Amino acid sequence: MTDGTPAGASVGERGAAITGIGQSDVGRRLNRSPLGLTLDACLDAIADAGLTRDDIDGIATYPGNMDNPPGFSGAGVVEVQDALRLELDWYTGGLELPGQLGSVIDACVAVAAGLATHVLCFRSVWEATAQGTKGRASVTSGGGGGGGGSFRAGGFMQWTLPFGAPSAANWIACYAQRHFHEYGTTREQLAHIALNARKNAGRNPKAIYRDPMSLDDYLAARMISSPLCLFDCDVPADGATAVIVSRADATAGLRRRPIDVDAVGTAIRGRPSWDQWDDLTTMALRDAGAMLWDRTDLRPTDVGVAELYDGFSFITLAWLEALGFCGKGEGGPFIDGGDRIALDGELPLNTNGGQLSAGRLHGYGFLHEACLQLWGEGGERQVPGPPEVAVAAAGGGPLAGCLLLTHRP
Amino acid sequence: MADKPFRVLPKVTSDNEHFWRGGETGELRFLQCTSCGYLVHPPAPVCPRDLSRQLAPHTVSGRGTVATYTVNHQPWYPGLDPPYVVAIVEIEEQADVRLMTNVVNCDVEKVRIGLAVQVTFEQHDDVWIPLFEPAA
Repeated sequence: MTDGTPAGASVGERGAAITGIGQSDVGRRLNRSPLGLTLDACLDAIADAGLTRDDIDGIATYPGNMDNPPGFSGAGVVEVQDALRLELDWYTGGLELPGQLGSVIDACVAVAAGLATHVLCFRSVWEATAQGTKGRASVTSGGGGGGGGSFRAGGFMQWTLPFGAPSAANWIACYAQRHFHEYGTTREQLAHIALNARKNAGRNPKAIYRDPMSLDDYLAARMISSPLCLFDCDVPADGATAVIVSRADATAGLRRRPIDVDAVGTAIRGRPSWDQWDDLTTMALRDAGAMLWDRTDLRPTDVGVAELYDGFSFITLAWLEALGFCGKGEGGPFIDGGDRIALDGELPLNTNGGQLSAGRLHGYGFLHEACLQLWGEGGERQVPGPPEVAVAAAGGGPLAGCLLLTHRP
Repeated sequence: MADKPFRVLPKVTSDNEHFWRGGETGELRFLQCTSCGYLVHPPAPVCPRDLSRQLAPHTVSGRGTVATYTVNHQPWYPGLDPPYVVAIVEIEEQADVRLMTNVVNCDVEKVRIGLAVQVTFEQHDDVWIPLFEPAA
């Protein structure tokens, strides 16, 4: 379609805009109240937009309030609504969404449909504090299998836990290995996702790991699940991120010119599964990425900055392919050497250090950084321009959602 | 891996016991649609191909191919010592039926994509965990 509109449908998400962003302190073992961190981010975002809490009439969050895995959620809709005594017309919170940013996409749809005017979207984690000195908290996902005893695995976890594969590190490693096998991708290539992130983190005062890292450092790191080493895995953190999604025609008089939502991608056309997915070199992001470009006339070459989920480095490589920044199977050569994805490269990538070096804010960190870059507020790590088009994408395995954002003079 | 490493066991129900207890008689079993022959995994009450509700356990050869794998080095559980191979195996009868499993009785460095493997079971209590070893 010449107007970027899918046949027979409107691009409803264009009725939404992003008007504010906020973030709490981010760190390892902050030992802060998870709700406190969450509210820091929420109040920061509301003020950033030039709104007050009386203006907020919607909430969207991922994954909602849950106790397990430890630290995976700092607060749900209920806690935030009540703490701020918000009067809501619309809200949503849950796990079964197109990735973590699926909650933001829900908010876009809600404001475009007129169900709300200004939606507070947030994601908060406190995995670093929750795991304490024990092993990585998120691996017990599915019910605390680490303790043995009488626990028995049900649901999807029955197909992984009996085989000593409790972590997404194992599952993503299987995808990476298949990609290496089919396309000749190497660890030396994949390293550049981690090295680029670390380099950018050096310019981000809130990043957790900022010390320089070399290719030798990367290759010498201990293996977690081949071909993924320690530096291919993101770093559990405490921190909360919030964004305000507003109805596009309700943004006059706000603090700054809003960021426009040009298109979103939410599709999953293969089996919703880590191990039964049809093509073991792609994931659901293959479908979400393709859908995004079906809803716009913009092309990958128009994108000035890309913030692509890196729960594990391989996921970023897969997003690069899924979003058409390079061809299928060409992710390795595309990132090789790191120049192309550097801050001054043709596609600046994960400019805040991503989850690999800045901390696992679980999806929302990428959207926050995309907005910061479009607004030209990136400080030392600002991409020159500033860029006018950004992609924020989150999720891996059967979870994937992405947004194409624009901010034009 | 030790002879009987620690394993988190599955919750056995009437929906999955054909799978988790097939090893008692050395059989790898999947639900099969009795009208079109499609193997349905994980088990579900409706055939996703022809929507038939007539499904019954079916024993397959136990042969398969390593579709992909990883060598896990992280000690996730006491009593399950790394390194060990976590693989996704496609079964011979139907390539879109896959099992996440371990490849055992084999040097971890010998495992490759495309390796032909054969099921072997490891009993824990009332469950027979299907593992795979290189085919003879």
